[in-house]
Amino acid sequence: MSEASQLSAENVAGASATARGVRGGSAGSTGSARRAKPVLSEGKKAERRLGLLLCAPAALVMIAVTGWPIIYSVWLSLQRFDLRFPDQREFVGLDNYITVLSSPYWWTAFGVTALLTVVSVVLELVLGMALALIMHRTIVGRGLVRTVALIPYGIVTVVAAFSWYYAWTPGTGYLANLVGPDTALLTERLPALAIIVSAEVWKTTPFMALLLMAGLALVPDDLLKAAAMDGASAWQRFTRVMVPVMKPAILVALLFRTLDAFRIFDNIFVLTSGAQDTASVSMQTYNNLIKGLNLGVGSTMSVLIFITVAIIAFVFVKVFGTAAPGSDQGGRR
Amino acid sequence: MAEIVLDKVTKRYPDGALAVSEVDIEIADGEFIILVGPSGCGKSTTLNMIAGLEDITSGELRIGGKRMNEQAPKDRDIAMVFQSYALYPHMTVRENMAFPLRLAKVDNATVEKKVTEAAKILDLTQHLDRKPSNLSGGQRQRVAMGRAIVRNPKAFLMDEPLSNLDAKLRVQMRTSVSRLQKQLGTTTIYVTHDQTEAMTLGDRVVVMRGGVVQQVGAPQALYDHPANLFVAGFIGSPSMNFVPGTIENDTLRTVLGDVPLTGRIAGLLAKANAPREVIMGVRPEHFEDAHLLDEPTRDRGVVFEGQVDVLESMGADKYAYFSLHGEQAASEELAELAADAGSAEVTASGIELVTRLSAASSVAEGATAKIWFDNDKVQVFDPSDGRNLTYAGR
Repeated sequence: MSEASQLSAENVAGASATARGVRGGSAGSTGSARRAKPVLSEGKKAERRLGLLLCAPAALVMIAVTGWPIIYSVWLSLQRFDLRFPDQREFVGLDNYITVLSSPYWWTAFGVTALLTVVSVVLELVLGMALALIMHRTIVGRGLVRTVALIPYGIVTVVAAFSWYYAWTPGTGYLANLVGPDTALLTERLPALAIIVSAEVWKTTPFMALLLMAGLALVPDDLLKAAAMDGASAWQRFTRVMVPVMKPAILVALLFRTLDAFRIFDNIFVLTSGAQDTASVSMQTYNNLIKGLNLGVGSTMSVLIFITVAIIAFVFVKVFGTAAPGSDQGGRR
Repeated sequence: MAEIVLDKVTKRYPDGALAVSEVDIEIADGEFIILVGPSGCGKSTTLNMIAGLEDITSGELRIGGKRMNEQAPKDRDIAMVFQSYALYPHMTVRENMAFPLRLAKVDNATVEKKVTEAAKILDLTQHLDRKPSNLSGGQRQRVAMGRAIVRNPKAFLMDEPLSNLDAKLRVQMRTSVSRLQKQLGTTTIYVTHDQTEAMTLGDRVVVMRGGVVQQVGAPQALYDHPANLFVAGFIGSPSMNFVPGTIENDTLRTVLGDVPLTGRIAGLLAKANAPREVIMGVRPEHFEDAHLLDEPTRDRGVVFEGQVDVLESMGADKYAYFSLHGEQAASEELAELAADAGSAEVTASGIELVTRLSAASSVAEGATAKIWFDNDKVQVFDPSDGRNLTYAGR
């Protein structure tokens, strides 16, 4: 029980830590500009002290609920710690990392996760953009259209995963019967992965659409009219004006979804339980940590997930220049 | 280059609101025409229909003799300049101006040549590699113009292109827009709510109100011979003074005294079947300080006495403001004009009169002055429908 909460806390920690990383990235540039300014006046100093004091309670809570679990799992990952043999607990340095990184199971799971992430995020981007355009353009029944579009996102993932599971259950599921009465797609590797992707896409496309719709609102109508006057077709208006202008929003949406998708767990847990090599890294971590009771190796895996997610965030922020929509001073106004 | 014909063009929105009603305008090749009117008068909608950004409910639009109602904007070969400039923020000035040419698949050398040419005309050469966000308002406005001129369209449409500039720059840009249009000789339709822009820029001005064209004509013709109360009040700054009056035989009784009607005006009034109760309109420059006039001239017009409320000395002339006792001239048109100018709330009771006097005048603020006006220059309007009863037809 306590390990289970430990694991979910870990997941949360990973997400919020990277979210902070994103904000830190954009704040960094303004920070350096501030440093170049002359010495602060007495009033400014007092103001800043007050600011820090006001932030302190929130910062302390953050450290308690995110900082501590991260440090603790790093600490656990450096030990041999199997609850079946609690007496053999000892500090082993990076041995657990060598074990995990040289394991084919880990790399298979890593490959599956990467594949699921890329495929589902790409599909979500395409469908999310279409959905966002529809929601943006709707004039009649706007509220209804938006509500309906967002329903999948409002359903708990596990519940949605079960409904997919039943739909694909041979004999009773309507989708399984549609394909053929004698098939069991969830027991074959590639079809199972495809079903996992479709469940993911179905569930999170509305979220993507929501983020992209915020980006669409950044594209002034006049700009599209101007492009139409300049001779652009609808497709050219989309690719050459709309997409570049809303690029910051697209990058943020991609970042959020990639980070989320990489930690995929519930859908796989319900649909295949990781059978036929469909386990993701989170699934493997769960198997080792909760099922195998191996706190050392399990923690190692969760730290590796954390590092991967941090790298993804870093690449998005530093390489693609992802920033909060609207904070890009260069191209806007 | 082409002439543009609007033949009973109407715009009705799905909710039934009539935005533009049966607009008939023939715009000659190379003409600079201005659509002017208060906000909500349908001038922008008319422009958007010519552009193809809004559908035409009924009527026909012809450009160069060809029906254009069903053509997409890109197939109409016209360029548009927006009030917000609508520059592409992710492109440099060069890319912005080249965009229409790139879409038309023009080869690189020609694109380069045309962009350089346009940049030279608009004085943008040293800014070609900058992003719009790093430009001043005036520079952005010129980039928007540049994007319109690079591809030699059949016509330019301009939707309040100078409204976002500060006053001084606006005057400067007004001149350069005018010069550019003369230089290129391209048919131009220009929308503005500013009557000064309308007067100074256009070959002809179209005054619109509530989706209906009020009058089409050369700026001076609109000024001298407004077809109705709305045009009279809208064109000219400061605007025409309106005073209610009653026609009795050959005299117009007003708070400014009894105005003997000249033969010309009496004839026009008789022809127009004038009612008894009318509104008299006098332009500020048709007033003069009575002391500065010789006897015969003074006797030709009407002299009234009033206390100068405010005196503004402009150097070349003086504006003297009077508040006279009596009912204000009331009509739908005047109420709308006041609402548009935002003066509906601030107007004091009584009649506000603006007079433009020579700089030599010795009238003083607070003192009583004798003011003369030319009774042959007055215009008489019908308060019920606003038509100009002294309109000779132009």
